[in-house]
Formats: sequence, structure tokens, C-alpha cells
Amino acid sequence: MELGFTKEQQILKASARDFLKKECPLSMMREMQVDTKGFSRNVWKKMAELGWLGIIIPEEYEGTGGNFIDLAILLESMGEVCCPGPFFSTVVLGGMTLLWAGSESWKKELLPRLADGNMILSMALMEPGMGCNPKGMRAKIESKGNDYILTGTKLFVENAHICDFLLCVAGEETGPSSRKELRILLVDPRSPGIHLTPLDTLAYEKQCEVVFDHVKVPKENALGLEGEVSQILEKLHEHAAVAKCAELLGIIQTSFSKSVSYAKERKQFGRPIGGFQAIQHHCADMVVAVDGARFMTYKAAWKLSVNQPAGMEASMAKAWTSEASRKVTVLAHQIHGAISFCDEHDIHLYYRKAKAGEIAFGDGNHHLEKVASRLGL
Amino acid sequence: MEFTFTRQEEAFREEVDHFLKTELPADWAANSMHWPGGYGTMEIGDEEKKQISRDFKQKLAAKGWLTIAWPREYGGKGHSYMEQAIYDERISYYRAPGWGIATSIAGPSILKFGTERNKQDWVPRIAGGEIEMWLGYSEPNAGSDLSGIQTTALEDGGEYVINGQKTWSTMAHMSDYAWLIARTDPTGHRHKSISLFVVDNKTPGITIRPLINIAGEHSFNEVFFDNVRVPGENMIGQKNMGFYYLMTALDFERLLVGIGGFRFVFERFLDYIKTTERDGVPLGKDPLVRWKMAEIAIKIETAYLFFWRTAEMLDKDQIPSVESSALKLLTTELSRKMADVFMEILGSYGLLMPGSKWAPFRGLSPRGYLDCISATIGAGTSEIQRNIIALRGLGLPVK
Repeated sequence: MELGFTKEQQILKASARDFLKKECPLSMMREMQVDTKGFSRNVWKKMAELGWLGIIIPEEYEGTGGNFIDLAILLESMGEVCCPGPFFSTVVLGGMTLLWAGSESWKKELLPRLADGNMILSMALMEPGMGCNPKGMRAKIESKGNDYILTGTKLFVENAHICDFLLCVAGEETGPSSRKELRILLVDPRSPGIHLTPLDTLAYEKQCEVVFDHVKVPKENALGLEGEVSQILEKLHEHAAVAKCAELLGIIQTSFSKSVSYAKERKQFGRPIGGFQAIQHHCADMVVAVDGARFMTYKAAWKLSVNQPAGMEASMAKAWTSEASRKVTVLAHQIHGAISFCDEHDIHLYYRKAKAGEIAFGDGNHHLEKVASRLGL
Repeated sequence: MEFTFTRQEEAFREEVDHFLKTELPADWAANSMHWPGGYGTMEIGDEEKKQISRDFKQKLAAKGWLTIAWPREYGGKGHSYMEQAIYDERISYYRAPGWGIATSIAGPSILKFGTERNKQDWVPRIAGGEIEMWLGYSEPNAGSDLSGIQTTALEDGGEYVINGQKTWSTMAHMSDYAWLIARTDPTGHRHKSISLFVVDNKTPGITIRPLINIAGEHSFNEVFFDNVRVPGENMIGQKNMGFYYLMTALDFERLLVGIGGFRFVFERFLDYIKTTERDGVPLGKDPLVRWKMAEIAIKIETAYLFFWRTAEMLDKDQIPSVESSALKLLTTELSRKMADVFMEILGSYGLLMPGSKWAPFRGLSPRGYLDCISATIGAGTSEIQRNIIALRGLGLPVK
């Protein structure tokens, strides 16, 4: 049992912090809020040089060959500064899906480009009226010669406006039984018939609606073997939930430490507000929430890194961390008082990011239900 | 980062597990009426159970398991604290009588702060499972604020004369010695005038009176000291340093969360839910029941990780302080939460006390609902734990 980082992991963490502090201060999030692209190509290139973009890509595809804990460390560090950009959609959603479902030739073609910063990816999964369950999916694929014809509407496609490939999930009717075979298609977002509409979100993320109107996609762009896609999506959901926990952990850790520092400085009634037990107890509750999130997240990340089944751990981590995120960021506002309600103050950036992360890949209740099922209920 | 046991730890866990399964009566754990985290329903039982407990403890002593992480020179096994934690987890999972104040609190404190004489006098007897102790801390006017104790121990010709009253003295009537704090310098600074003693229960002048707790058990006592003369060598460590020793002793105490008990009781309740119907529908199909049980499962898992963290720290020569407070806070709040959830799920049946006709789950839930009150109060209230985390851990100002 070793709940802390190894030397190498500590070094990765420290260097990630240093880099982000310099290259991605909180002001970046504000700049990107009004920037149409929503990320800095310059910082993205530097991340590639550090090997971050290829962190989970094996060396044979010119990646860094790290494991899931390394990825979690980077995501945690990014959460600390609310780092904007397409890292999550590219590395976690796109990269992992390619690794699991891509043919050898796709992997050889795309993964090295992803690792060197020349391939931004995004996943088009959710649809109007659909929750986390792909069963309710309506986007459909028809076979026409060497092509698929893709039609449907996808929501919450992050960074669709800047990506080089969209990984779009849709169903192909394969027989008279109207049973649908799920496929993941690599779609060039510049293809005719694709319409993007940006969605304005609470957390300033660059989310899009993507309408596919009879979009032609070559058949060789389908990822995953027949019958395999549902499992891949399930696996992705699990990994993405833990990855999101890591990001949330950075978010709430910072929200918490900023609150403690503020409680030490801010004076009322002639003394620092941190001297009042009401504030002290809020801070103590934050410690338990944040530490719990850390242990649960890294336990799940560790299990994923050694390829052990981690469904239970992932859901437990996401349920705990989702609740902790809400609790900690609300308390952070309470401790900061009225100034925290002003746009110019930074603490609401964490409140926003925490809410988006809480919901992503299943909120607390979604994962409680998963835990209950795994308990045999 | 490694969330698993080493091969050696795994083997030790297997050994303890096998021992517990073979040496305890088969239905011991299932019959336990102790609520996890509670201080008022620890196993006492009838004469037969008491005898089983005594015999069992001797077997543990013979294996050296009462003092797993103690140095070999003091009768310990010299194992790691992680192995100690693994042992504590298994012992508490099977609800076994395998721990005590003497071995878990007094022993480690004496090894840390005691004089050579203290070590010679007490360590072998504690390690051998020969003596049991009770904690003489709280007084009628000193609860959360222990530095306000009024019991005095005044020096008189190489001896100390103790006068005063202790209360909430858990198991004092079934123990051999008091692990006691008393004021040795009544005019001194609040924190620098207290000393720690080991006092024989049989010393003339000691009167122990039972206090029946809300679960109907005689676990607490109030203990009166009337000119009780204690040999000078029974003072632990240095004079007037007792309050500081006590802070560390409390850190040790807060590690004793009986972590396995939470898992054991949760698993049994889970079985109950799986096999019980309400209005013709299995209880486990009710979404609220599912969510509540999932929440408890997650809290138990988190508590386990907090628990392993403290062992990891001890193995790195750090005394968990803020960390034991966080563990204590989390587990005792969980004790409350678990009782709450069980009662809610059981509805009217949850009101049926042990022994009553129709009592589900042996009536453990209402007993737990009563005992869990003690969990967040004993060994420092939840509020005190939060104070410790905020002041010692985060460095927030006292004023």
C-alpha cells in the first residue's frame, strides 16, 4: 500500500505545475472564454514537446508510453489552473478510443500526429434527449457502396470547431429486425453536410451542436469490430469518469487551498476569519472531501494503470468526487464572501468547472446506481 | 503509488484470517451486537463469552499478535504498522476480542515517552496480555477541554496522592489499571501541570460506580479517587508533561476505529436487503434503497483508504495526527449515517429491539441508532476533530 506518489510521479507533478503556472495562468481561462478557438496553439505545441499529448500512447506509436496514473497527474495539474483547451477531448476521449478500437493502420497514421500536437480530436456521442446510455441513440448510418451516410444531431461535442477528426458514434441498421449495430466513425468535420453551432456553457467550455446531414464517410473510417463498440464505449465511460475525477481533484484542491489562505488573511471583528470555528469547520470538512477524492481517484487510476477491472472503483470515485466538488466549491464561495460573487474574482471559475466536471461522464447519482448494481442490488 | 498489499502482507492477512476463522466460535461475528464506531456496545457478554474472550486473548498473546508492530526487544513482533493495520482490520471484521487499551494506547505511548523503568514495569505485562486498562481522562467538568481537569496527584514522600473524579470511564470495572491524567502542579500552566499515571484499580480509596448507557449496557463508570496513594514510579515519562503525552495517546486512540466492523455489518445488511421484500417488491429494487446503500459502500471504501494512510505514515516514522482526526471524523460520522440509513430502510421494523419478536437483523439497527450517538462524541467530538484538522493541519489561527 503506497498512497503517495513515487519519485518519478512527484517529478511529473512538479514539472506539470511549473509549466502550467507559467504557460497557463488563470488569466488564460478568461482570455479563452472570449477566444473563438478556445486554446493557445503555442501552449498546445509545448505540451506536445513535453510528451503530454502522447502520455498514454505507447512508444511504438511515438507516444510517451506512460500509464493512467501519469495521465491523472497531468489532468489534476490542469484542473488546478482550469486549463482550457482540447486536451481531454483529444487525449482521453480520442486517444483512448483510437488505441482500443483503431485498426493498426489508423493507429500508425493518427497516434504519432496526436502525440506531436498535430491532431485534435473530439467525440460526438450525446444527442438531444439522450442521457449516458447509448441505447437511446438516434444518429444513423446507411451503407452506400464504399461509404457510410451519416445522419443525426450530436450535442456537447467539445472542441468540434477546431478538431481534425470527430469520432462520431451512430447506429447502422443491419437487418430487418431494426437492431442497430453501433459504429464509431472518424469524420472529417469539414465534410459537406456538417453544421456546427457553438453552445454557450456555464464553464466556458467550447461545446458544440453538430448536425450531420447525410454526411459521406468512407467505410474504412469505421473503428472497432462489429459488436465491440458498446463495450468500448462502456470502457471509455469508465476511464473518462476517472480522468474527470483527476481534473476535478485539481479543481477542488485549489478551490480549497485558496479558501484556507483567504481565511488566514481576511479580517473581520478584528481577527482573521480563519480564527472562527464556523470557518475552521468548513475548512476541515473540505479536507475530508478533498482527501477522499484524492484517494478514491488514484485508487481507481491505479487499477486502470495495472489493467485490473475498475468498474466499482471508478464509479465510487466519480460519485464521491462529484459530491465533493459541489460541496467544496460552494464552501469556497461562502468563505470568500461577497467578493467571490464578482466576476473579477477567480474563485467562481472553479465553481463553474466543478459543476461541469460533476455532470460529465455520469453525475454522482448515476454512479451511485452503478455502485448499487455492482453490490448485487 | 500502489493500492495493494505486498506478498508478505497478503500472506499475513491470510494467516490472521485463517486463525480467526478457526479459533473463534463460528457464529461469533454474526452474533456480535457491537455497533461499528460506537463506544457503548462493545462486547461484554455473559460469563461464557467473557471466558472465550480471555482464552482467545491469551492465544493472541502467545502468537505475539497483541503487539505486532512493537520492537522485538519489548516483546513485539517487529512487524510493520501496515501489518498491524491489516491485523486490526481483520480482528474488527470478525468482531473478535483482539484489542485493548493497554496494547493499543498505553503500550505505544510508554514505548514512545516512558522512562526505562516504565518500560520494564509495564511493557512485558502488556505484551503478554496480562493486564487491561481503562482511560482516566474525562471528568464531570472536563470533557472536550481536557486541560481543565481538577483531579490532583500531589507528591508526598516518593508517592503521589490522587484525589478527584473521573467519568465515562469505559470498562473501568473490567480492567486492572487506570491510564490516568491528573494535575501534579495545581498552580501551574494549564498544559504544563498535568502528569500521566498507571494506577492499580485495587488501590485503597478507589470507588467505581456504574453508569448505564442509552443502549442499556454497563460500559461507562464514574470513578472516585479518595486519597489514593500511587508509587512515584507509576508516573509515565516526565512530571508535568502528561498533557503533551496525552495528545499523542489520543492520536493513537483515534486510529482504533474498528474499520472492519463497518464492512462486516454493511455486508450482512446488504444480504438482508437482497432477501427481503416490501409490498411484494424486493427491497433492493427500490431506487432510494439502492442509492443509500451505494453511498454507505463508498464512505466505507473512503474510510478504508484513510485508515491505510495512517498505517503508511507510521511506517515512515510519522505519527498521524491530523490524519487520525480525519479518520476518526469520517468513520464516526459514518457510524451515525449507517444507523440512520438502516433505520430508514427498515421502517417500523427498525424499532424492534434485540430479542423482540419480528426484530430484523437481530435488532442491531435500533441498538446502533442509540450507540452511534457515542461515536461522534467519544475520543473527541466531531467538532474537536475539525478543530484539530483546522488548527494543527491547516494552520488556521487559534483566535
